[in-house]
Amino acid sequence: MRDVVIAGIGQTPVAEHWEISLRELAFQAMEAALDDAAGLRPSALYVGNMLSASLSHQAHLGTLLADFAGFTSIEAAAIEAAGASGAMALRIGAMAVASGQVDAVMVLGVEKLSDQVTGEVEAALAMGTDTDYEAEQGMTGTAQAAMLAQRYLHEFEVPEHALGGFPLTAHANGANNPNAMFQRAVKPEAYAKAGMVSAPLNMFDIAPNADGAAAVLLTRPDLLPPKFAHPLVEITGSSAVTDTLALHDRPDPLAFNAARLSIERACADAGIMPGDADFFELFDAFSIYTALSMEAAGFAERGKGWELAQNGFIQLDGEMPIATLGGLKARGFPGGAAGVYQTVEAALQLRGQAGKGQIAGAKTALVQSLGGPASTAVTHVLTRLDEKS
Amino acid sequence: MDIPRHWRLKKQRYALMGEVCGHCDAKLFPPRDICPECGEEAKTLFQFSGRGEVYSHTTVYDPPQGYESQAPYTLAMVKLEEGPLVTAQLTDLGEQEAEIGMPVEMVTRLLRSATDERGLLVYGYKFRPAVAG
Repeated sequence: MRDVVIAGIGQTPVAEHWEISLRELAFQAMEAALDDAAGLRPSALYVGNMLSASLSHQAHLGTLLADFAGFTSIEAAAIEAAGASGAMALRIGAMAVASGQVDAVMVLGVEKLSDQVTGEVEAALAMGTDTDYEAEQGMTGTAQAAMLAQRYLHEFEVPEHALGGFPLTAHANGANNPNAMFQRAVKPEAYAKAGMVSAPLNMFDIAPNADGAAAVLLTRPDLLPPKFAHPLVEITGSSAVTDTLALHDRPDPLAFNAARLSIERACADAGIMPGDADFFELFDAFSIYTALSMEAAGFAERGKGWELAQNGFIQLDGEMPIATLGGLKARGFPGGAAGVYQTVEAALQLRGQAGKGQIAGAKTALVQSLGGPASTAVTHVLTRLDEKS
Repeated sequence: MDIPRHWRLKKQRYALMGEVCGHCDAKLFPPRDICPECGEEAKTLFQFSGRGEVYSHTTVYDPPQGYESQAPYTLAMVKLEEGPLVTAQLTDLGEQEAEIGMPVEMVTRLLRSATDERGLLVYGYKFRPAVAG
């Protein structure tokens, strides 16, 4: 990727926002990003959203949100790739800026998952599976993850509670994030006693559905004044990869091949190795996804990803910190907005603005979002601009 | 209502009708028109035996809309003896616990209840523990 920088970032707290509508939530994040970008105006808006048509009975989100934000006459559209919607909107926005067609793009992720009751939300989320052959059998996203975990524990003889270190790390980090849904550390004993949701996954293995909006304003660095209000973060690598939509259509469901390929391609694009990154914002919608994503990225051998939850590797002062501001698990899972939240959090780290969760001297970030069980994988490499040679 | 969508899937739902690739003999379920093994066209119908074993399983306590009356239910990925994996519920388990490797066979059962008085009752394949012999 060439010459695309993040000039502004914004986010709302992730929560059950009963009192705020979809459009108001979206506008709060966009307004924050505009303020942060010192008045830069977008000429296009790309919206990452997964379920507004079914849960809010609202399609045509690009135009609605451009209209509501007062971006008169600009280009706008919504992008859908299940849980990777926000990350895909970021990639489309970055490509639009890199192409020269658009000078400044607002990339917005927004999702409202708490307006409907659980059964309706589960049914809507299950539309991201193969509806005819998965959802119709009663499959849900959680059940897919649970079956992967069951097989993983069986195939690799993993000790009981071994995946628990991932959510415990996420919750410890979420304590440093004022926008996180959960800002309290969780004790190992609480994990061990937690109620089963979809065996072998308990409530702490599963990121909570919530509402939220996050935004980043992209532009080319030569369009900004030389003395800018804050450090700039450059998008140096980008890749999106698909796998089979249905989990059962893969010869080896425990291999997150799209996650592996998108890491390889984004890193090649940026000219780095995955291990060169200072931290990894991965898609911890389920604890098993963290193990499989770490294996796919090459940080652990196949079947050994769970060990990284035991040895400090993923903690803030470890070799490859993950979920540095709580991840999906503690910050919360706002559907198609997740990828933009991950990007905003990575930008805060690279700008040195992550508060108590700051990783000292962070210069390069890996950010990955998944749609379904890595049926879509979108990876970006972000680099602090003044550190780039 | 989705009547045409469910009607189109009747061969798959009631008879596990998939395809066999005429080029590399791979057996495919669900049917897809390009063989994932060799990349050639695959359009010859093939009926699966309905026998297989459990590849993985879970129990769903928070069901999606339309599945409430069945919850908690056991969902599995079943490895069919001809090769493919298929997602389906396990049924008729009685006192038996689902286990990876358990031999199972296809049966036809109610998949989904009507969500309103004009809704559809959807029937299709589930798998039960294989009857001995």
